Amino acid sequence: MKPPPFRYHDPGSLDEAVALLATLENAKLLAGGQSLMPMLNMRFVQPDHVIDLNRITGLAHIRESAARIEIGAMTRQRDLEFSDLIRCRCPLMREALLQVGHRQTRNRGTIGGSLCHLDPAAELPMVAAALEADIQVASRRGTRTLPMADFPAFYMTPAIEPDEIVTGLGFTPWPEGHGAAFVEFARRPGDFAVVGVAALLDLDGAGCIRRAAIALGGVGQGPVRWSRGEDLLQGEAATDDTLRAAAESCRGVAAMGDAQASADYRRHLAGVLAGRALRAARDRARRVP
Amino acid sequence: MTAPAPGADARRITLTVNGRRHDVEVETRLTLADCLRHGLGLTGTHLGCEHGVCGACTVLVDGRSARSCLMLAVQANGAAITTVEGLAASDGTLHPLQQAFQAHHGLQCGFCTPGMLITLIEFLGDHPDPDAAAVREAIGGNLCRCTGYQGIVAATLDAARRMRAAP
Repeated sequence: MKPPPFRYHDPGSLDEAVALLATLENAKLLAGGQSLMPMLNMRFVQPDHVIDLNRITGLAHIRESAARIEIGAMTRQRDLEFSDLIRCRCPLMREALLQVGHRQTRNRGTIGGSLCHLDPAAELPMVAAALEADIQVASRRGTRTLPMADFPAFYMTPAIEPDEIVTGLGFTPWPEGHGAAFVEFARRPGDFAVVGVAALLDLDGAGCIRRAAIALGGVGQGPVRWSRGEDLLQGEAATDDTLRAAAESCRGVAAMGDAQASADYRRHLAGVLAGRALRAARDRARRVP
Repeated sequence: MTAPAPGADARRITLTVNGRRHDVEVETRLTLADCLRHGLGLTGTHLGCEHGVCGACTVLVDGRSARSCLMLAVQANGAAITTVEGLAASDGTLHPLQQAFQAHHGLQCGFCTPGMLITLIEFLGDHPDPDAAAVREAIGGNLCRCTGYQGIVAATLDAARRMRAAP
């Protein structure tokens, strides 16, 4: 038997789940299982209790309300991939999802699980950073919302308390006609990226950049919003030269090296991939007066 | 083999595997893959890496492909599971995809084959007329250590043709 011994709990409601999490020692939450199950199988984690969130029905939904998109934490990556709402209103997320693992893992993996696992190169946290999503959290003490900018505490650790559960995220989609691109380099398709870049551009009627967002992954401890590059784009004509300058600035990001790639190589990739992402986003954008 | 150890956290679950209902008592930490292989004797589902990389243990859970090493058996309680043993007809006639694998030398050592077949069954259901690039993308999460991908892709394209002709 691969996983270590634990007691298994499968609450049917969020109230039950937060009560269990508040009272059980050394408990782990099980969402889609595409990261926690390998860690259990390899005994990297040895929880005394596993709280399975899969029976809680209220946590899986994709909704549009009051010009916002709200996504439940237990929504499967696959359901987001095939959502017409996401395809039409948030093409960045769809393009990123197609690079998350494989069909077999997206069928189980959840957006909340990706956010909480918070691998530095994971696609969905980069998307949440680019979209300035709000992360919704619940505990027995109540609910709260924190901006994605504050969500990563440090390496693979979200800034939530041990008794808190991420229940969903919400964001304001970019306007009709905006351009989006998610570009990554991975050694094999479906692997975590070495470096990934999410880019969003909104162009006015003259082809000037009304608003820009660049999020980098695989460089720092978590997703990085690259405001220095965004400032170089803001208000400028979306020419190749403007985009190149913003992309080149990404080489200045503070990067960590590891066995897979050096810090220098990651900075190099950030510049190259940002160039590709920005050009694709520009070419996909419509000029909207 | 998979009978819960005394005092272990265990539950009684019901699985419908390839149309047949099974009631089994499992330790809650037992993976679905080990439950299928050791508990039910369905050893067609293979275990390569046991951490979600190789794809050999892919099964359909309520019609969707999943790594059975990354699910607990208790999570499949009440679900309908399809394994490689469920692909052939009851008289033993192989599924058109299995026939195409045989015809195109789509298996060498055969270890990856169950995961390849299950992954491609789901894929062909959604994409009845794929091109070679789409097939390669579909099996991107399944490792063949014989590196026999050419035969697998050729078999899949041929099976798609046969399945379109006789749906």
